[in-house]
Amino acid sequence: MAEITYREAVRRALVEEMRRDERVFIMGEEVGVWGGTYAVTRGLLDEFGEKRVRDTPISELVIAGAAVGAAMNGLRPVAEIMTVNFALLSLDAIVNHAAKVRYMFGGQFNCPMVLRTTAGWGQLSATHSQTFENYFAHVPGLKVIMPGTPKDAYGLLKSAIRDPDPVVFIEHTHLYRVRGEVPDEEFTLPIGRSEVKRPGRDVTVVAYSRMLHEALQAADELAEEEGIECEVVDIPTLRPLDLEPIIRSFQRTYRAVLATEQWLGYGLDAEIAAQIYEHAFDYLDAPIRRVTARPVPLPYSRDLERLALPGKDEIKQAVLEVVR
Amino acid sequence: MIQLQTEEGVLSTFDRETLLSWYRQMILIRRVEEEAATAYQRGHIGGFLHLYIGEEAVAVGALNALRPDDNVVVHYRDHGHALARGLPARAVMAELFGKATGCSRGKGGSMHLADATKRFWGGYAIVGGQLALAAGIALADQYAGHERITICFFGDGATNNGYFLESLNLAAVWHLPVIWVCENNSYGMGTSVERASAVTEIYRKACAYNTPAEQIDGQDLLEVYAAVRRAADHVRAGHGPYFIEAVTYRYRGHSMGDPERYRSKEEIERWARHDPIERFKRFLIEEGISLEMLESIHAEVEEEVQDALRFASESPPPPPEALWEDVYAAPAAGDPFILPPAVAPAQ
Ligand SMILES: Cc1ncc(C[n+]2csc(CCOP(=O)(O)OP(=O)(O)O)c2C)c(N)n1
Ligand SMILES: [Mg+2]
Repeated sequence: MAEITYREAVRRALVEEMRRDERVFIMGEEVGVWGGTYAVTRGLLDEFGEKRVRDTPISELVIAGAAVGAAMNGLRPVAEIMTVNFALLSLDAIVNHAAKVRYMFGGQFNCPMVLRTTAGWGQLSATHSQTFENYFAHVPGLKVIMPGTPKDAYGLLKSAIRDPDPVVFIEHTHLYRVRGEVPDEEFTLPIGRSEVKRPGRDVTVVAYSRMLHEALQAADELAEEEGIECEVVDIPTLRPLDLEPIIRSFQRTYRAVLATEQWLGYGLDAEIAAQIYEHAFDYLDAPIRRVTARPVPLPYSRDLERLALPGKDEIKQAVLEVVR
Repeated sequence: MIQLQTEEGVLSTFDRETLLSWYRQMILIRRVEEEAATAYQRGHIGGFLHLYIGEEAVAVGALNALRPDDNVVVHYRDHGHALARGLPARAVMAELFGKATGCSRGKGGSMHLADATKRFWGGYAIVGGQLALAAGIALADQYAGHERITICFFGDGATNNGYFLESLNLAAVWHLPVIWVCENNSYGMGTSVERASAVTEIYRKACAYNTPAEQIDGQDLLEVYAAVRRAADHVRAGHGPYFIEAVTYRYRGHSMGDPERYRSKEEIERWARHDPIERFKRFLIEEGISLEMLESIHAEVEEEVQDALRFASESPPPPPEALWEDVYAAPAAGDPFILPPAVAPAQ
């Protein structure tokens, strides 16, 4: 088993799926000659040529819309939107078309497309530091994946490409250099599975993407410093949501902390909290705590940005509050 | 046999049956829509109902100039295109009635007619949205090496939003096999082209995307046919997209219940004097087709329309379980948003 980076894992999934299936192709801004804004698609143009690695104009709406049409007509597009901030310009094609064509026409059409995009920040200021997974996860007909580990990124992207429905696949730019073990032999992971990434008896911490790593770090430190054992539940698929591991964990710990980089207010954390209240109210020993970004546009200044975004220390503090 | 003359010479030779079938399609579209309007007023049809009456020559001329396996993508004013493509009047009317037997199983309605078996990819109701889908549908055929081409219809209003720019540009950059057909009926809802578009001769916009374009009389079936044949040859030969502006006119309101404050009765009457069906009828009579022959077509269409109405009204509504069908190819086990979650209380 090799230790590879998250970036290599995504690239390996793309390459393998393109070798396996002629119908799979990539289109997006700077995916070809440049090699991908985050170097994910580097080398793919050389192997697969311009037909299958297609540089597009800066046209987020038609990148997504053409992916819908191509998917309906038999291809397996992997459309890349440079960052999720720019995916706002794709939203209509995703929400009003990708998510609708199966249902609205009575089941006559498939839409097997993947929209790959990135979340992330780093003094990029207000318009380039956002994370909008809840915009997509709100929509029936879409599947939304936000993997936290190289193994999940690899296995879930392969499944996403093979899936008959539209999948929004959000990578986190801070994770591209994270290393993790990925088995050498080919495999896929099922979409719609939550997973306990660290067992523990005291508090359930639900997290995904970058916050998964913050949660794991917080859990290790709490175990050492306070003797508190957190159970960290990862939800790499946000829709469909696999609720059962969350509820099962909560029914043992009676306490939950939900960690996300989303702004406070109408985010994924609120949905998870509501699901816990609805399905396990009797097990509640403390109010559910949320760890989120501050609801402000992201500032440029490094100091202010640090204040705006959540991290492991806040998770630790929240855990201490719910066990107290 | 009848020869179709255009400026470039003889375009094609047709037998009478073919020309009469076009006449029949136009009559069918008009009668289906007139009956749909009545059914709407009686409450059998809900929501939006955008009638195509007055514009029939565009869909009929264009779709008959293509091959049966070419792709068709349309906006929400789609009844005419659906019927011209050969969707059964029964399936169309049942869809308008929201019945399980409708072409989209009662889940689309007037704006979302589709038939995958006829490569009729559906009507789309976000203005401009179908242009991007058409680019993708065409891309898939180009990619797979098919000879098929894609025709995409939209209104004058759709040429003012971002979908138009991005789709025309991408289609041109990638030489996609698409025919763009703008049905310029002078208005987007109540806003005239003059009030909405800096360029009022819509076909001129295509030059910004290096796409050959022409403006044609959309009320002349034979002119539409000839133009789309030319366009199809160009596109099928691999020369990239082609743009047609068909100047046409809708006689009815934008949808049902349009107060029509933006135009005069006289304007409508002026256009109606050049009615596309009457014009084609005159052509057929000049070519020696008898009035009796045409009347027998009307009678046949009438029967078909009445049958479609009966079928639609007698068909069952979709069953309640259809509500949950086709959100996804297969629902995920345990997803609380699709099925009640299978979470049992702990022991
Ligand atoms: C993006 C979007 N904006 C607004 C509307 C509301 N709307 C529906 S039809 C229409 C007018 C479109 O006119 P045109 O493209 O000329 O087509 P026509 O109805 O004349 O055939 C408008 C504004 C819509 N459906 N989609
Ligand atoms: Mg119009």
